[in-house]
Amino acid sequence: MQVIFLRSEDYAKLVEQKTPNSPMLKDCFFAFVIGGAICCLGQGIKDLILLFFELDEETAGTWTTICLVFLSALFTGIGWYDKLAKIGGAGTLVPVTGFANAMASPAIEFKKEGLVLGIGPKLFTVAGSVIVYGTVAAFFYGIIYYVVTTFFL
Amino acid sequence: MEYLSSFLFGGTLCLIGQIIIEKTKLTPARILVGYVVAGVLLSAIGVYDKILEIGASGASVPLTGFGHILAKATREAIDKDGPLGIFTGSLMGAAGGIESAVIFSWLAALLFRAKKK
Repeated sequence: MQVIFLRSEDYAKLVEQKTPNSPMLKDCFFAFVIGGAICCLGQGIKDLILLFFELDEETAGTWTTICLVFLSALFTGIGWYDKLAKIGGAGTLVPVTGFANAMASPAIEFKKEGLVLGIGPKLFTVAGSVIVYGTVAAFFYGIIYYVVTTFFL
Repeated sequence: MEYLSSFLFGGTLCLIGQIIIEKTKLTPARILVGYVVAGVLLSAIGVYDKILEIGASGASVPLTGFGHILAKATREAIDKDGPLGIFTGSLMGAAGGIESAVIFSWLAALLFRAKKK
């Protein structure tokens, strides 16, 4: 029997070589393509809104978010978004549609617990944290911004 | 052109998210929180407007764009209302996104049943 002595870094290299890396590459590829496609869809919706309504860029952006959120909640309801998420991974999570999915999905799942104890709180299982830490970060930024603009500029 | 940059930039942000998930085993909830906070920070140091110029919807649709809106609305509210804006700004800016997500998700929960897994 042949014995091979390996230094730990060589061993790490060997493990890396032997580990199939294709699932990760495939997952990353689909995350890139599906995430990119969702952003393109957003761009398309925004351009349509700007074409048909006389709105400024920012208002059109908010309407785009509302449209994407609507589509996401609808597709979560009929079960397509979760299927897409199995392929797209982070590509379906990172766009704002992923935020809406994270609200709709647990709300639908815990519907049987009732309107007040099921749907209501479950809407915020993930979204609650996103809103809390987003606003907390914005709050501290607001303090810094206020102090700097008031006393130093 | 905006479609190409939206696709490439948005795709790259999602790709980074996928790599984070696979390499660190962070849960999706933590990724979402991380992206929003990252958006607030990038907006705070003043680079997110530049990022939007480059990435178009690829920068506004991902949750970092949501974070940017929180920070931007905070800035604008402070400019307009003074220190009150520290408390009111972020949620005013995010109101459209949050309210629509509440309404449509609530409706979806009323209308649809959970799928068997």
